[in-house]
Formats: sequence, C-alpha cells, structure tokens
Amino acid sequence: MNRKNKEKLIEMFFLFNGILVILILVGIFLLLLKNALPAFKEVSLQHFLTKPIWNPDAYEQPTYGLLPMLVSSLMVTVGSLVVAVPLGIGTAAYLSDVASPRVREIAKPLVEILAGIPSVVVGFLGIVLLGPVISRLTGTYNGLNALNGSILLAVMALPTIISLSEDALGSVPRAYEEASLALGANKWETVIKVKVPAAASGILAACMLGMGRAIGETMTVLMATGNAAEFPRSFLGPVKTMTSTIAIELGEVAYYTTHFHMLFAVGLILFLITFVVNLCADIIFHKHTRVQA
Amino acid sequence: MRLKIKRIKEVMGFNTLRLCMLVVVMILAVIFYDIFSKGAGIISWEFLTKPPVDGMTKGGIFPAILGTFFVTAITAILAVPLGMGCAIYLNEYARDNGLTRFIRLSIRNLSGVPSIVYGLFGVTLFVDMCHFGTSILSAGATLGLMTLPLTITASEEALKTVPRSYREGALALGATKWQSIRTNVLPFAIPGILTGTILGLSRAAGETAPILFTGAAFFLPDIPNSIFSQFMALPYHLYIMSTQHHNISLVRPIAYGTALVLIALVFLMNLVAVIIRYRLRKRGMAHG
Repeated sequence: MNRKNKEKLIEMFFLFNGILVILILVGIFLLLLKNALPAFKEVSLQHFLTKPIWNPDAYEQPTYGLLPMLVSSLMVTVGSLVVAVPLGIGTAAYLSDVASPRVREIAKPLVEILAGIPSVVVGFLGIVLLGPVISRLTGTYNGLNALNGSILLAVMALPTIISLSEDALGSVPRAYEEASLALGANKWETVIKVKVPAAASGILAACMLGMGRAIGETMTVLMATGNAAEFPRSFLGPVKTMTSTIAIELGEVAYYTTHFHMLFAVGLILFLITFVVNLCADIIFHKHTRVQA
Repeated sequence: MRLKIKRIKEVMGFNTLRLCMLVVVMILAVIFYDIFSKGAGIISWEFLTKPPVDGMTKGGIFPAILGTFFVTAITAILAVPLGMGCAIYLNEYARDNGLTRFIRLSIRNLSGVPSIVYGLFGVTLFVDMCHFGTSILSAGATLGLMTLPLTITASEEALKTVPRSYREGALALGATKWQSIRTNVLPFAIPGILTGTILGLSRAAGETAPILFTGAAFFLPDIPNSIFSQFMALPYHLYIMSTQHHNISLVRPIAYGTALVLIALVFLMNLVAVIIRYRLRKRGMAHG
C-alpha cells in the first residue's frame, strides 16, 4: 500500500510538472493583461487602436497610438518574408531533392549554425556591414531603415523556414514521386508540380512560424531600423516596431505610470499576434500530417 | 525539340535551387568572415580577463563573460529539472487525452512567444511580484522559462529513443513504474537530454531582449557577489557598445571582439553538445 501511494505521489508530481507549462502560458497572458489594463483608465481603447501617433512624452497631451508601430512591425515582417520565403523554400527543395547525401551532410549543420547566431550579433552586423552598403546604394544617411531590418529578419527567419519546409518535403510519400516519374515527368517537374504542392500545407506552416519569429524579433530591428517615432512611409525610412518600442522605452519609463502600462498593452498585442500566427501554423500543420497518415 | 526544352528547364530549375542554397551559405560565410577578421585582432588574454576601463573605451570584457556564465547557470538550474519533469510526464505517464494535447499545444505556443514578451513577463513576475529586483536571479529565471520548450522537446526526444523493452523488462521483474523509469530509462536518455539542453542553453546565453530589464547593467565596477546583484552580460555589452556608448566609432573594435567572444561561446556550447551526441551514437552502436 505504501509503495502504491508513493508511486501515486510521484505520478502526481510529474503531472503537476506538465500542467506547469499551461500555467506559464496562461500566466504570461494574465500578467500582461493585469499590467496593461490600468492604462485604459486614462486612455480609451479606441485612442490606442486608432491614433496614428505614439508620443508618450508630449508636453501637453501624450498620445498612445498603436498604429505607427503596428504598421512598422508588419512592414519589416512582410519585407523579410519577401526575401526569406522564396530563398528558404528554394534551399529546402535543393536539400531534399537535388543535393547529394554528402552535400546534405555538410549543408544541414550550416543551417543549424545560422539558427544559432544570436540576434544581437545579426543586429550588430546590420549596423556595421549592411547599413553602409544600403546607405551607399540608396543615398540614405546611415542605412538604418526598414529595408535593413527586413533583410536581417529574413536571415533570422530562414533557418526555421528551411528546416521545417525540408521536413515537409521529406514527408511526401515516395509513391507520389515514383508515380510522377513513371508517367514521364522529369525530376524538375516532379519537384515543382508534385512534391511542392503535396507538401504545401507543411511549407505554409513553416513560413508562418518563420513569420512569427520575424514579428517578435527584438534586437535586430532595435539596432538596425533607426527607430524614428514618426509614421512609417517607405522602406528607406526609419521605423520603430512594437518590439523596439518596448525595448527602448521600458528601460526609461517610471513604473506604474500610464506609459508603463501602455507598453504592456503593446506587449499584449504582440503576444496575441504571435499566438494567433502560431496557432494557425499548428492547425495547418496538423491537418497536413493527418492527410499524410 | 520539346524534350530538349524540358531538359533545359530542368537544368535551369535545379541551378536556381542550388543558387538559393549558395546564397544561404554566403550569408553565413559573410557573417563569420566579418566577425572573425575584424574581431580576432583585439582578442588577447587581457581582453578576456580584465574589466572595461576609461569609460569602457579600453580594457576587457571579463565581467560580461562572467555575468553571462552566472545567468546561464541559473537558467540551467531552472530549465533542466522542469524540462525533464515535463518530458517524463509526457512520454512516460500521459495518456492521449485532452489534457495532454493541451500541454503539447502550450509548449508549441510557448516556443513562439517573442523574447521581449518573456522580458515583460519576467519584469512583472520576478522583478516586481517576487521582489527579486533586477538581478541575476530574475534574468536567469526569465531565460529559464524561455528555454523550457526547447528542453522539454529535447528531453522527450531522448526518452523516446529508449526502447520499450527496457521499461517492460524492469516492470516484469516487479519494479514499479518510477523504479523502471529511474533505473532503466533515465540513464540511457541522459546523454540525449544533455545534448538538447546544452543547445537550449546556448540560445539563452546569446539572448538580449529578456535580460534588458530584468538585471543586465550598462557597466558595473565590481563583479556580482550574489544572485541578487545586477550583472553585465556579453550580448547586452555588444548592444551597448554598438548603439549606446558615447563614442561608438572609437569602441567599434571592442564591439567586434565582444561579438566574436559571444559567437565563440555559443559555438563552443554547440560543439560540446554535438560531441556528446556523437559519443552517444557510437556507444549506441556498440550496444546494439
């Protein structure tokens, strides 16, 4: 009996350990909400969601408009996807269908290494390496703008897109490929017209996870996009994303002021966006695997 | 003629894909070349073992290296047992029910939560509510939670590789479930768990956003003397040196040196993980 109780206790311990993960996720949401809500005592939700200016330090009337940074975040994210999606899928297709096993043995760890480079290092290179190049090519002052951020974010999102897309391509049943080849299609047609469409949902999920990474990435955009508070107008102008705004301003703001709580509101929006993006990726991905099975 | 066009299309298509791969490899090469060529010159024994002096325009980065080491240790203390525990539950105890699916969904979602949001969470929970203040403990705990999804996934993968028969053998001899896990499963899964955990910790060591407000300091004259002290950290130091310093162009070499040390640290940890995995595979072959 004693032994049985002990076993039960141990199982309960591990069960609690599993439930802890749910508690953390819910806890993140609730604590963000708790710290965000007081902001709306003084500023209306409508103000937050529709005002096109974020200027918490204004002398007369501080404004807390989400739009400039939301648009900035979306700009750099879309910009990064324009680069990373074709490049990532192309690389994944190369690794899964063209590369010899030996090339694959070398190339796959390289993708892992790219994933391991800290974001602050990528941001640093945005300042010292990519910035001057962009500055020279476009005639802008220091090259710290949305274009720079987009390219860096593409680098950050690439490993996710490549490895997950390659998994998706690898899980296409061999019979599809063989049937296509037997019908007289060559290898290229098989890859483009059979394998990629068959893996489409997995690839889409991979791109969405890459997008989730890009939109939540902080250090690279903080360092490389110039951080001007104005409403973003072009890819060659500086932008200030949601992540950069939090990173810059939370260090300077006094605790428990409206501004402080507003930054948590921005964090909450960021959390919700990535949550929805990841959930969508998850649903797409599982639909995909169920069809496969 | 049509066949020929098809063939040309195929060659061109494959070369386009090859080009994609080359671009990715080039990106990696440029990153490494730039950091190594411009950072290697400043690396010296003094740079690695002395604190910054003269308003951080000279001297080394020792406090930042030490700070990163301390924080990563706290991260490990939190993330490793919790990650293993959760993985043991999922792989050994959990039934395929709604709760289990919900736990898995939570893990996948946690891994997608932006690092700056973990920072906000850490500020609220550890700095403010737990009264840890801005400290090594707060920053380490925040990073620990951030690393958790990685350590869980890695630990579960490792547990999955242990054959069912090991568990059944123990159970058939009258061992309880926990005894079988402790004596016949964990010992074989530990190297795999270690590999995944070290990879996760190497990510944590390079993170900046979660420690911005939970304890990282611009400059500290002394090395931290308790887990409630603030600290300097390599990634934060690189951020400071490249954007916040009063004379950025003067300290550029120090920034490059810091970047090189940070990258070297991350890859050293990766290398250790890979070596463990390699030895594990070799041992696995000898057994099986």
